[in-house]
Order: sequence, then structure tokens, then C-alpha cells
Amino acid sequence: MAENYNSTPTVKSERITRLVENLYRKMPEIEAARAILVTESYRQTENEPMVMRRAHAFEHILDNIPIIIRDEELIVGSTTLAPRGCQTYPEFSFEWLEPEFDTVATREADPFYISEETKNKLREVHPYWKGRTSSDLATSYMTAETLKAIEHNVFTPGNYFYNGVGHINVKYWEVMELGFEGIIAKIRAEQATMNVGDGDYARKHTLLEAMVISCEAVIRYAERYSELAAAMAKNTSDPARKAELVTISEVCRKVPRKPATSFREACQTFWFIQQLLQLESSGHSISPGRFDQYMYPYYKADLDKGILTRDQAQELIDCIWVKLNDLNKCRDAASAKGFAGYSLFQNLIVGGQTREGMDATNDLSFMCIWASDHVGLPMPSLSIRVWNLSPHALMHEACRLTRTGIGLPAYYNDEIIIPALMNRGIPMDEARDYCIIGCVEPQVGGKTMGWHDAAFFNMCRPLEFVFSNGYDKGEKVSIQTGELEDLRTFEDFWNAYKAQMEYQISLLVNADNSIDQAHAERIPLPWLSCMVDDCIKRGLTTEQGGAVYNFTGPQCFGIANVADSLYAIKTLVYEQKKVTLQEYKQALDLNYGKGFDEFAIRDMTVAVVNELRKSGREVGAADIAQMVENFRNMKVSDELKKKFDDLLEMIEEVPKYGNDIPEVDYFARDCAYLYTKPLEKYKNPRGGMFQAGIYPVSANVPLGQQTGATPDGRLAHTPVADGIGPMSGHDTNGPTATANSVARIDHMIASNGTLLNQKFHPSALAGEKGLNDFESLIRTYFDQKGMHMQFNVVDKATLLDAQAHPEKYQYLVVRVAGYSALFTTLSKSLQDDIINRTEQGFDF
Amino acid sequence: MSYLDTKGRIFDIQRYSIHDGIGIRTIVFLKGCVLRCRWCCNPESQSYEIQEMRQNNGKIKIVGEDTTVREVMETVEKDRIYYRRSLGGLTLSGGESLLQPEFARDLLHAAKDAGFTTALESMACADYARIEMLLPYLDTYLMDIKHMNGEKHREFTGRENSLMLENARRVAESGQCELVIRTPVIPTFNETPEEIRAIAEFAASLPGVKQMHILPYHRLGYDKYVGLGRPYPMGDVETPSREHMIMLRGVVEKTGLKCIIGG
Repeated sequence: MAENYNSTPTVKSERITRLVENLYRKMPEIEAARAILVTESYRQTENEPMVMRRAHAFEHILDNIPIIIRDEELIVGSTTLAPRGCQTYPEFSFEWLEPEFDTVATREADPFYISEETKNKLREVHPYWKGRTSSDLATSYMTAETLKAIEHNVFTPGNYFYNGVGHINVKYWEVMELGFEGIIAKIRAEQATMNVGDGDYARKHTLLEAMVISCEAVIRYAERYSELAAAMAKNTSDPARKAELVTISEVCRKVPRKPATSFREACQTFWFIQQLLQLESSGHSISPGRFDQYMYPYYKADLDKGILTRDQAQELIDCIWVKLNDLNKCRDAASAKGFAGYSLFQNLIVGGQTREGMDATNDLSFMCIWASDHVGLPMPSLSIRVWNLSPHALMHEACRLTRTGIGLPAYYNDEIIIPALMNRGIPMDEARDYCIIGCVEPQVGGKTMGWHDAAFFNMCRPLEFVFSNGYDKGEKVSIQTGELEDLRTFEDFWNAYKAQMEYQISLLVNADNSIDQAHAERIPLPWLSCMVDDCIKRGLTTEQGGAVYNFTGPQCFGIANVADSLYAIKTLVYEQKKVTLQEYKQALDLNYGKGFDEFAIRDMTVAVVNELRKSGREVGAADIAQMVENFRNMKVSDELKKKFDDLLEMIEEVPKYGNDIPEVDYFARDCAYLYTKPLEKYKNPRGGMFQAGIYPVSANVPLGQQTGATPDGRLAHTPVADGIGPMSGHDTNGPTATANSVARIDHMIASNGTLLNQKFHPSALAGEKGLNDFESLIRTYFDQKGMHMQFNVVDKATLLDAQAHPEKYQYLVVRVAGYSALFTTLSKSLQDDIINRTEQGFDF
Repeated sequence: MSYLDTKGRIFDIQRYSIHDGIGIRTIVFLKGCVLRCRWCCNPESQSYEIQEMRQNNGKIKIVGEDTTVREVMETVEKDRIYYRRSLGGLTLSGGESLLQPEFARDLLHAAKDAGFTTALESMACADYARIEMLLPYLDTYLMDIKHMNGEKHREFTGRENSLMLENARRVAESGQCELVIRTPVIPTFNETPEEIRAIAEFAASLPGVKQMHILPYHRLGYDKYVGLGRPYPMGDVETPSREHMIMLRGVVEKTGLKCIIGG
């Protein structure tokens, strides 16, 4: 195959260093402009169809929100005046924010500054939204059992419960090709085929009008930037900057109204879409996808014409990379822990195959990798598609980027993802054109509403319900699968767990579908939908089922804990008969005698209070305080302690998942099926199916805090295993053993994505040899049908030092389960989790 | 009896080893050594006897295990697909593998039969006959030359060096495998440019030798000395700086050899 790329390195311009410095000068800030504007608009459109109200609100925001061009920017469009600021989106949820007004600036994960003035403005508009949010409607759709399961942390659908959906790739390329005038013409053409007597006329006509209003609003928004740039040019004495501003003004006057006819214009078109999608929807994981593919024709044409150099193209790409870090989102404190690192998960992928099955690598594939090196920031979530014929040169640059410790790129395996998508009914040429959304979720760009990242399902919780026969904190929250003494064989135990899983999965589906329904009714997105096939033709927004492909992809985590736990129970209880289930339960209830933290004390107190109240007893505040005190001072007898220590030692002897022991790994495979298989039979309201993901983002830490001790020896409220990988510290045979084990899970069925984190010390990647061996490791994991791999390359000492002296490591990026984050912005517990992951491949 | 049943004594097997030979390798560490190098980072390798070593977590680890070629190969086989991608394979280390020549030979034989590349990390401190047994199955000999001065060599390792130098020449002259000379750079022992140059000049004089690896002293064996209840012979000697290693690399390269820091 002829090479279609130039891999000669480009130069980083000095502008980029300064843009990055300016972006990170202050703590990000919450602004109120959008919340005020959306409320103003909604108040005036009470009686209109929802999709029209959305369009009017979007237009009102774009016409009036303050705009700014930052120093030295070439690509413009900012959602907030302050760098890395965020707007709020009360139509999705707002109630969490006011109680956090006074703590949001000082909280551990993702703090935001908020001024008194902003607080007051938000307090004024918030009352309007009471009972009107998507989250309110979703709640009212859910069954009582589902709400209970959420309250008891079996799963959390928090993402879309409180926020927009996002998680989509739109047709950037079509807007570049047609301009929004062309998109409007397409909509008008569709309207021309309609008859006022059609059954769907009212709905479809309204949506198409709403789309036109939205597109026109975007054109006007770009014009505001054109005028601002022209005005700034007038007031600038520096001739170089003046010329730049004049160009910005010209570009923004033309695009995205008209088709882009240069690389520069394509870049600006791309940016307005990327920025404004988030302003419309409050979604995250709005993913640029195959940027190197759809931008290439513009780059190539300019290069051929001699009006663009490779270094100039690199600077524009670098500018976009900076802008991707300018967007931000304030989540509630609990979610912020789960998504820590101010990340918006804008996944951008390079390389892979064309629709015809040829290698797709081009100049831009390389330049995207270098851009991440130049900018050194977490966004975009850079990914690379790897297939059997991926060029070594591209892999080499990717591995070099990994070696810098930035945690990018993530590596994806075409050889498994393409067939996995085809197994979901997607034709081969489209499957070959897949991109990645958010953390690790594959989809066909521009025509899929994947509803990825639909929930975090904690596989450890149903296991706790087997031990408690469906009770949690003294309350019945799940089905009853029998008293422990009735579980006579391991098969009985396995079936009990399976039944608990299946029941909780059905509730998870109910939660997701309720939220799905609420979004369709309350927050349809006309502008986003005009860029997704086949919404125009169907006359439906993506939320209503307008996309060609529809899925719901909730992800589980904790497979390693469940596999190790069940394997330990099978071995110790049923085969060796060294311990009974009752003894095991006692050890779990008492946290293996290792004492109780505040979470446990609270849970135990709640359980006792519930018990007492059920039996008709009055329990007052003083009683509760006394109980808490008693639990705090409770001592486990020395005899019991010894017994628990012995049990822990026995557990340690039982083989663990992640060490290349086929029997245990295939057992883990069966455990994963307990989640992935039942999900497949469910449908969502958009007519699509459920498909499982196996990845945690960083939810394994906060959700681990809500999980009691587990039979694998994990203590209460400590982190649960992340992704599809082995439990932190249980993998002791090195990276090849881990990779072999993880490849024994069925990745193909987890078509919403799997995630394997590996951590390396830089010495393991030293020199050309280190890079080549590292590439071989990735390719060999992929030979075995692994789906995804990502790496932290830092040494432990560095991480510990960064924890102690965050000021010295402002820009230290680490890979945290599916995305990169600035290490110093993570909570301490997450930092600890990263530090404790086994350092692999560190040999001297 | 098949050569797969040959018995031997090892103390560790390490997978994803990438610093001792081409590609991704599995290193098998054979127990027992002829030298007693003061800087040795595997003090548990020195005695042939099975020993107890206290680990950092307080637990006792039994060091040393009697095994067979067949058993060892079961582990080596696990990374077959990685070798295929990277041209990797089996590396024998120690200790000194030449103390168990039949076992070493049969391990290398088994690896070759399995289609893997083979490497041996050794001091060549044995009768040449023992080395000769291995050569038909060996792709790369990573041979330690620690010092050109026999007396200083004896002082720091317990043995004089003439046998090793002679064996190095004979291996090189045999032409049966690639020979790479490796030198640990040990402050107080051989870290001066003159001492390294002498080794490099010797290495360059050997027919077919193209590469020399210089391995900076490190203290990672310290905990093991504590665990074995032995004093740490190197005391507070500092590890060589990066700049010093780069300077020494320049010294080696002047002889025309390619020089890699860290192997």
C-alpha cells in the first residue's frame, strides 16, 4: 500500500505556549448569562411546542450572550468571558447548585469560582424551573423500585439524569461542505416534499422550522464575532495582530454560513459547531471523531495551492486543541468526583481504515498527535485506531506521545470494534468508519444516538444483596434470593447472584428509559439534530429517535471484584469448605475486623434505626447520637480478629483474575456475561437496543465508597476495580499477563466499549527499543481481541511529589479511566488510586 | 528421558523484560553464582541453596525452586504471541547459568525448538566446555566484563578475570552467536573513563563484537540484603549521574562500538 502521509515533524509556534498560559491563569468561573437568557426565552414561549421553545431559547442565547476574543487567538468562539468558565443549564437540573454555592469554589474535585452577583442572578431565575426540568420528569417516570435502587447506589444514571446527553458525533463535514445556508436549503427541500395533510406534518414541520431558526441563529452568532474582530482590529496598534483580527473577521463573516473553501475556514467552522453544540445541550462527550479524515481535503487543497504550509496548519490545529480546553462544565459535587478532571471527554480519533478498508493515515493523523504534545492539555481525548496494517511510523509517534506521560492517546482495535458494530446491524463500510465517543464508546459518526455512558452499574452491590437476601441498611431494596443456609451448592450461590443481577439490570433499564423519555419530551435539540442523519427526513430529533442508529449503553464496573469474590467463595466455601457463608457474612459485615469508617457507621446506624422504627419504637436524635458513638467505639474481639485475619490470608492464596491463569480468567468471562448478556434483550424508547460497556470513568472510586467489604478481601468503602482490568495490586505478573487475562473476557459483546488501564514507568518505554516493545505489547493485546488500552507513564515518586506539591505540577496530565486529567485537579482519593496501581514493566 | 525433563534450580521468572536482548522477553533466573560482586542487586541469586528472605511486608519468601525445563517452558510459552510480534523470546540470567550447564542448555534448546530467540546473560566464568555446550542453541550472549585489572576484579568480585577474558575471545572467535559486552558502571570500582575505555578497547578487539552496554549502578537490591540479614556491601555509594553515563557512552563509542546505556 502506498504511503499517503508525510511524517516529518512540524514546529510548535510560540503563540501556543502563551495561549495555554493564559487559559490556566485562574480558577474557572461559573457565569449566569445563559441561565438568565434561557429563562427569559422560556417565559415567553409557554404555549409553543417544546422543540420550537428550544429553538427560540437557543436563538435568544446566541443573539445576546456576551462574546469575547482572547489574546492571540486565531480560532474564535468562547462560551464564557472567563477562560475555562462554564454556563449553567437549569432546564436539565438546577436544584443541586444552590446548596453548593458556598462550597463549589473550595471542593476537592473540579472547583469553580462563583461571584456573589452570579449567585444572586441564578437565585432569581431558578424558581421558574421548579417542576419543569428533564430531571423532574425523569423522576416521575421511574418506578418506586428503581428510585430505591438509585438511592441505594446499585447504579447511578446521574449523567443524563441531571445533564444533557451529548455523547454524539455530528456531520461537521457536511456543514463545511454546504455551510448552514446549504443545510437550510436541505431542510427547505425536505419541507417541499411534505403535504400539509400528512399525518406527521405538524410534528415534522415544527421541527424543521425550529432547525432553520437554530441555523440562522448560529450564522448571526458568527457574524457577531466578525464584527467584534473588525472592531478590535480598528483599536489595535500592533500591525501583526491587526492583520490577524481582520482575517478572523473575514472568516467569521463567511463561515459557517457558506461552505468552507480553505483549511482555516474549515477549522473555524469546526470550532463553532463544537462550541455551540455544548451551549445548546449541556451535553458532554461531544466528540469530534475522525478529524484527520474530514479535515484532510481542505488541508490538502491548500497545500497543493501553496497557500498553507504544514507549520501553519499545525498552528491552527494547536489553536483548536487549546480551545477544546476552554470549554468547561460544572457538575454537582458527587458527579464531579465521578468525572474528575474538568473533563468534557471530547474524543478525537486518528488513523484506522477508510470505508473501503484501506489504511486511512494521512499528514493530519500525525499532526493531531503532535498537537497534543505541543499543547500538553487533557483535551481532546486523543485516540488512535489500530489495525493490522496501521503504519509503524504512526504507532511510533503515538507511543512517543504516550511516553511523555500525558496519558494520550488511547489505543483502539479496529479488528474487534468493526465486527462488534457489524454484529449490531451496522453495514461493513459504515462500521469501518467508526469513531469513539467520550471515554471509549464506538459509534458510526453523524448518524448514531448511542446514549453511551447511560449509567454506572456497580456489580458488587447485587453480590451484597445475595448475602443480605435483598436488604440494604435495614430496608428491602432487591429481590429475595434465599437465606444463606439455603445456598447449598456453588451453583445455588451463582444463581442467586445471577437473579440479583438480572433484577437490578431491569431497574437500570427502567431508569435509563425514563430519562430517555424525559429528554425526548422536555429537551429535544433541533440544532444538533439537523447535523445527524436521518433527523431531517424523519422529522424527529435525536432524542425522539431521529438518528439512523439508536442504542443505550450503560456501563458496569467491578468485574474483577466480582470474579475474585465468587472464585474465592467457590474455592473456600464450597470446595475446600474452610469457611461457611455465615462466617464470610460476619467478616464482611464487620469489615474483616479492620474497623469502621464514617460511611460504615452511618450505614449501620441507619439500618438499626430502620429496624427499630419498623417494630414501632420511637427513635430520637439522642438515641441516634448514642448509636453512632457505640459503633465508633465498637471493638471486635481478638478471637474474631484472628479469625478474620486467617480468612484474609486464605483469600490471598486463592488465584486472582489478571494473572494469566486461564481457569480464573474464563471464570471472570462468565461473570462479565452476567451483565453483558441480560442487557442485550432490552429496548429503549427510540427503538434501539441496550448494549453493555465495561468501564468506570472514575466512578469506581466514589461508588466504591458506597460499597461494603467484598469477599475478595477488599475492605469496605475502598475503590472498586476500574474498567475491565484486574483489581489494583492483584495483578503481579506484569503487563503481558494482565493483557492475556483481560483478553479472555468477551469484548465483542461489550460493544459500548471496554477499558484497560495500564501504568508504566517511563523506563519501560526508554529508547527506540522501549517504544518498539511497547508497540508490540499493544499490538499483541489487540491480536488477542482486546478492544482498548490506555496508559499512565509516570513514576510513583513523581506522583507522590505532585500530591505533596501540586504547585510544581500544574500541568501534570494523567490518564484516568477513559480520559486524561490534570493530576493536581483530582481528589486525593483518586490520586491515591492512581498511585497505587501496580507499576508494571519496571525492570532494571 | 527427554531433555524437557532436565532438572534445575531457579529463583525467579520475569515476564515483559525488555532490557536484556531483542524484543519482549521472559527472563529465567538460575540460582547460584561463582562471583560475589559487592554491588550485586540479586544477592539471593548467589548461593545455590534454597533460602528464606524476609520481604518488606514482613512475610518470609522462599527463594529457590527446583523445577524442570518443561515446567519453565510452560511459563515462557505464555508470552509466545508477544515474541512473535517483537522477535522476543527467552533470556537466561542468574546467578550464573553456567553452574547448571545441562539445565541451561536444555532450556535454550527447548526455546529454539519452540521458535523463540534466545539470550544468555552470564559472566563466562567457567570452563569453556560448559559454554560450548550452549552455543548451538544461543542467539545472543550478553557477557559481563567488569574490569580489565585482574587484581581489582578479584577484590570486588572474589575472582580474578583471566578466564572470563579468555572465554570472551573464544566465544567471539567461534562465531556461533552474537556477542554483546556488558559492563555495570560501579562508582569506587570502574567508573572512570580510563577503566571503561580499557574494557571497550578489549571488546572492540573481539571479532564480531559490535555493541557494548553500560549499566549504571543502582541500589534496588538493598531491601534484599536486609531481608537476607546481610550488610549492604556498597554502603552509601551514590549512583552514577546521567551526565556521567552519557560521558562514558562517548568514551565507548570512540572505539567504534555502538553503546547503549541500560541495555
